[in-house]
Amino acid sequence: MQLSTKHLLGIRDLTKTDIEKILQTAEQFKEVLQRPIKKVPSLRDVTIVNLFYENSTRTRISFELAEKRLSADTINFTASGSSVSKGETLLDTVNNILSMKVDMVVMRHSASGAPHFLAKHIPAAIVNAGDGINEHPTQALLDAFSIKNAVGGLEGKKIAIIGDIMHSRVALSNIYLLQKMGAEVTVAGPPTLIPTYMKEAFNVRVEYNVKKALEWCDVANVLRIQLERQNQVLFSSLREYSIAYGINKKLLDSLSKKVVIMHPGPINRGVELSSDAADSDQSIILQQVENGVAVRMAVLYLLSGRQQFSITPEGK
Amino acid sequence: MKLVLNEQQLDLTIRRLSHQILENHPDLKETVIIGMQPRGVYLSDRIVRNLSDMSGKPTVLYGKLDITFYRDDFRNELHIPNQTDIPFSIENKTVILIDDVLYTGRTVRAAMDALLDYGRPARVALCVLIDRRFSRQLPIQPDYTGRSIDSIITQKVKVLWSENEGRDEVVLLDE
Repeated sequence: MQLSTKHLLGIRDLTKTDIEKILQTAEQFKEVLQRPIKKVPSLRDVTIVNLFYENSTRTRISFELAEKRLSADTINFTASGSSVSKGETLLDTVNNILSMKVDMVVMRHSASGAPHFLAKHIPAAIVNAGDGINEHPTQALLDAFSIKNAVGGLEGKKIAIIGDIMHSRVALSNIYLLQKMGAEVTVAGPPTLIPTYMKEAFNVRVEYNVKKALEWCDVANVLRIQLERQNQVLFSSLREYSIAYGINKKLLDSLSKKVVIMHPGPINRGVELSSDAADSDQSIILQQVENGVAVRMAVLYLLSGRQQFSITPEGK
Repeated sequence: MKLVLNEQQLDLTIRRLSHQILENHPDLKETVIIGMQPRGVYLSDRIVRNLSDMSGKPTVLYGKLDITFYRDDFRNELHIPNQTDIPFSIENKTVILIDDVLYTGRTVRAAMDALLDYGRPARVALCVLIDRRFSRQLPIQPDYTGRSIDSIITQKVKVLWSENEGRDEVVLLDE
């Protein structure tokens, strides 16, 4: 009854059954979060370090809350203000933290594959909270959970992922997950932000016209234009992007059906999504954030089942 | 395999338990019934049905409690949790916890912990169909007992329900 993997490095490594187990468990944690006392003692004996080498608001707070709601002990590490600036390597930093008896590592890093590297060298369970432009598995899981709640399932549903596909780890994790669960995926956005191999490599539909993509889908997952990852000019200006690919209420109202709008945050208001669309009743952006805690609780809970923590008689 | 209760005996026992509960809680206003997931719910379903038939009050406060997250052994055997559904406040109410088999007492311990996260009940009572006496690992005793049996650690009590297994029966299995 546990997951098929010791770490959550990416959706790519999960089976369909794993994903179902996580979503099913998250459903019950969502109920826990409605109680007067929103806390269960499951991970009372577990210490988790949140290792954030890259900025984050939602993911870090969400993980920390999930850990606290599971009664785990948590420590937070951010690269700025730590010995990383003195030149300590990733592995040294983590080994030093682990020597203080830490059982699980939640990590975000700007280098793709950083958690995979770590998984090869340390005994603790690792949860990837976003690595470079590779994967962001818990985001994809909470997106799937939110889609399920909004449209009643995943199988056979049509999901459009719109925006900066090339630099987006959210897009990649979402594609893996949605396809494993039997949903249809279209990626849409400017040609310069969609790699030419998308169709071939991932078997997704590619659409360069946002309105057509919206017309096709049940749910639109709108991605952030990642200004910090744009080294070369891939579109001429934010204003032009917003005119050609931005989504606003007027565009949504012109469609023949009501499309559910999602966004992993943080929103560039007025760029990929206008305020009237982001705050409309079609948007489930805040539900996504709410569901994030339950989904992350489920991931931590299920991964902890594979661990032998220091409290067990066998020891480590 | 030894038969502990046949269909008719099981039905009589559940009726007796329902009568005993009603005897102590004649107006079911301040009393709530909580069935323990997954297997206690079959019993609590029937008791609740009996209670509303016998008292003439169709609305008995009835909830279901899953204790997966409160287990002290969850890491040895991970379970996918069942649904917890307690759509009312248990504050200052008398809670009657219902489960099919009482063995080591650890499940009931977890259930009490879980229950207290929903509020502070005035009192918690325990009702079980089968009490495997002399095998407790914690100081927990039932208030309402269907049948007490003596069993050894290698034996297993199996309660079969027509909703799930196609017949109503309680058997003692030798492993």
